[in-house]
Amino acid sequence: MSESFTLTIDGVEVTAQPGQSILQAADAAGVYIPRLCAHPELEAFGACRVCTVKVNGRPQAACTTPATKGMIVENDTPELNEHRRSLIEMLFVEGNHFCMFCERSGNCELQALAYRLGIDAPRHDYQYPARTLDGSHPEVFIDRNRCILCGRCVRASRDVDGKHVFDFVGRGKGKRIWIDAESRLADTPLEGEDKAVEVCPVGAILRKGAAYAAPIGRRLYDHDPIGADIEAKRVGAPAAKGGKS
Amino acid sequence: MSELATGVREICDRSGGDRARMMDIVQEVQARFGCVSGEALNLIAAATGVHRVEVEGVVSFYTFLSGRPKGRMVIRVCDDIVDEMSGMRPVAEAFSQELGIPFGGTTPDGQFSLEYTACIGLSDQAPAALINDVPVTYLSSDKAREIVAALRRHGDPRKLVHRLGDGNNAHPLVRSMVHNSIRSKGPIVFAPFEDGSALRKAIAMSPVEVIRDIKTSRLRGRGGAGFPTGMKWEFVRAAEGEPKYVFCNADEGEPGTFKDRVILTEYSGLLFEGMTIAGYAMGAQLGILYLRGEYAYLRLLLEHFLDERRRRGLLGRNILGRAGFDFDIRIQMGAGAYVCGEETSLISSCEGRRGDPKNRPPFPAQRGYLGKPTAVNNVETFCCVARILDQSPGWFAQIGSRQSAGTKLFSVSGDVASPGVYEYPFGVRLRQVLEEVGAESPIAVQIGGPSGQMVGPADFDRTICYDDLATGGSMIVFGPERDPVYIAKRFLDFFAHESCGYCTPCRVGTELMRKKLAAILDGRGEADDLPYLEDLARTVKFTSRCGLGQTAPNPVLSTLKNFRDAFERRCPARQEGRRAAFDLAAATAEAESIVLEQAAR
Repeated sequence: MSESFTLTIDGVEVTAQPGQSILQAADAAGVYIPRLCAHPELEAFGACRVCTVKVNGRPQAACTTPATKGMIVENDTPELNEHRRSLIEMLFVEGNHFCMFCERSGNCELQALAYRLGIDAPRHDYQYPARTLDGSHPEVFIDRNRCILCGRCVRASRDVDGKHVFDFVGRGKGKRIWIDAESRLADTPLEGEDKAVEVCPVGAILRKGAAYAAPIGRRLYDHDPIGADIEAKRVGAPAAKGGKS
Repeated sequence: MSELATGVREICDRSGGDRARMMDIVQEVQARFGCVSGEALNLIAAATGVHRVEVEGVVSFYTFLSGRPKGRMVIRVCDDIVDEMSGMRPVAEAFSQELGIPFGGTTPDGQFSLEYTACIGLSDQAPAALINDVPVTYLSSDKAREIVAALRRHGDPRKLVHRLGDGNNAHPLVRSMVHNSIRSKGPIVFAPFEDGSALRKAIAMSPVEVIRDIKTSRLRGRGGAGFPTGMKWEFVRAAEGEPKYVFCNADEGEPGTFKDRVILTEYSGLLFEGMTIAGYAMGAQLGILYLRGEYAYLRLLLEHFLDERRRRGLLGRNILGRAGFDFDIRIQMGAGAYVCGEETSLISSCEGRRGDPKNRPPFPAQRGYLGKPTAVNNVETFCCVARILDQSPGWFAQIGSRQSAGTKLFSVSGDVASPGVYEYPFGVRLRQVLEEVGAESPIAVQIGGPSGQMVGPADFDRTICYDDLATGGSMIVFGPERDPVYIAKRFLDFFAHESCGYCTPCRVGTELMRKKLAAILDGRGEADDLPYLEDLARTVKFTSRCGLGQTAPNPVLSTLKNFRDAFERRCPARQEGRRAAFDLAAATAEAESIVLEQAAR
């Protein structure tokens, strides 16, 4: 079929394969583009907008935009990182996120991105929404307070698990992740081993009885920032310090 | 089987259990059973082979759909800015008092529900409301009381119509009190037209020649974005995949827009002819007219005209005797979602899904409705198409300005003597329009609706065209006593309400802007708020996924730019150690109520 081609990300020439998105091409080349809703095993979604880059001067989501030959992509710039910080802060104030006692702390992609981008406190006002928690299921619970509406569980349950346990209801700020049952997670065919549970980037869908398994110091993002694994693949990149051996 | 089970089964069978017809199914279920209950969700899911949560996702997306029972008569008071300026508040109060329920409530006898709704396309005869499908116009608090009394007596909103409107508003299939308010006619849309005349000329040419003519005419989309129509059609024609589809976007929902209402009422022949020509040019056999739920009162009339065209050989099989030229049009009803005017949301809605926009690429011209090449055009654009074929591309191109050929319909409302629809050639000066509509010393004009720009007197000598003041047609005029900050806040209320919630910046950012503007209006503004609002607006504009989010910050940005004084007055420098924006009373209200509760025990 068609041949590989090159595009430029932040002035560096990157090789891409036909059919790859900008995000996939960047990942393969060891260039990290921050993202939350994108997941390597799931269809691109384009909801969080954290991966917004400039393509030939225009904003585009890197996860849903196909890489094309000769494309000029800007990624790690002060302007784009400022927008990303604002977006991540929006996600923090939109829900009720309590990192200090969240089971996902240290393994949370939202928290890790905030650290990587240097967010200390959000500029936006906290919204303190009233959201529900469902602990009816024997193996899994869902806490909508910590949900960022990335839709990973929706896609994973539908496309990988073949169950369609999750989907969205409502609109605008009333949008929520909901379940394929009247009201109880226990009444769905969800199982603890489902992909839908594994892919949650935050502490919204968690397995019961597995909290705080790794002590502080041995959690996913305790030493290396999120994205370090991708950047380690870059040709000539220094080995990530404290890398998982 | 229960009555509900039998009914749902019947409704789903009529749609062949096709999930793409979900909008029809849920709307019919609601019409028959008052709401789409939890049990109905299960039944619909079973009959269409989708998951319950998918049906629930659809029902919970659209304002006019409900999972809980509502009153037999739902009174929806239009709460857009123009209605408010025309005295909507006392009307709303009168409805609430007379019914004895707050907004959002239902009377205990199950007869009435009272709600606010976004612009219903009647800003020229505001304040207005919808009672079920029936529009009621020029309301006053007295009229509101009379309406409630009359409805209590006879229970039939249609009987509220005593004096019929002009033209087809008085047609037996419409019988509405709405007026067309056509104020000035131009040569393209508001001109006499003989059904079939343009289509005959079109089929005398090859489809490629028709597209060439549209390109020669330099017609650009009338929805606001201004994409060249001929080029769009060429893409669709050339795209791989069959069948191809022609969509008409009749979901005008931008506050202050109502020109499509008038076209649909009086000039549907021109519109349907344009759609049929599009079908011929692109090789499509099906056209879908997506009609906003607020215009449901026009549906029977439009169905009637479609039937008439079928009878006269202008629609259906072998159109005008041309073997193999088959094209038909069906109407898809919307259900109260502004975002569905975004072309990919409109397609999602027609597929029976939540009205979420789709990721682009692929564009609808490549993969649209059900994954097939689809051309989505505005109502007015199709009218232009028919006229171009009827007259000639050269004739059309010489009207208007250099980069913007033809005329444009403006929906004019607000502080003017003669609100209504005006057809002007592109390139007309804003000042001329303001004079002719009777705007007395306006301080601001919202061009292109909230998603357009708010301009002040310094811009009144600019021209209206794609390269200067671009517009989808809405023009709201504000007089000297109006407050630009308040107007911006009301527009953000609208966008926050209409955001689909798919992407972060629009879902969260519109709400944050709305609240910040409210705080400023509430006397809690401080100097830092202005750069904050600007940064926030820029992020929402820059990172949003579709046109709604990309334009939602415009009221903030253009008002900050053109009416900065109005903000600065309210945003003094911060006092040391205090944040004016912090509302101490509100923040401690919950704690205080607990203390008081404890004390009372």
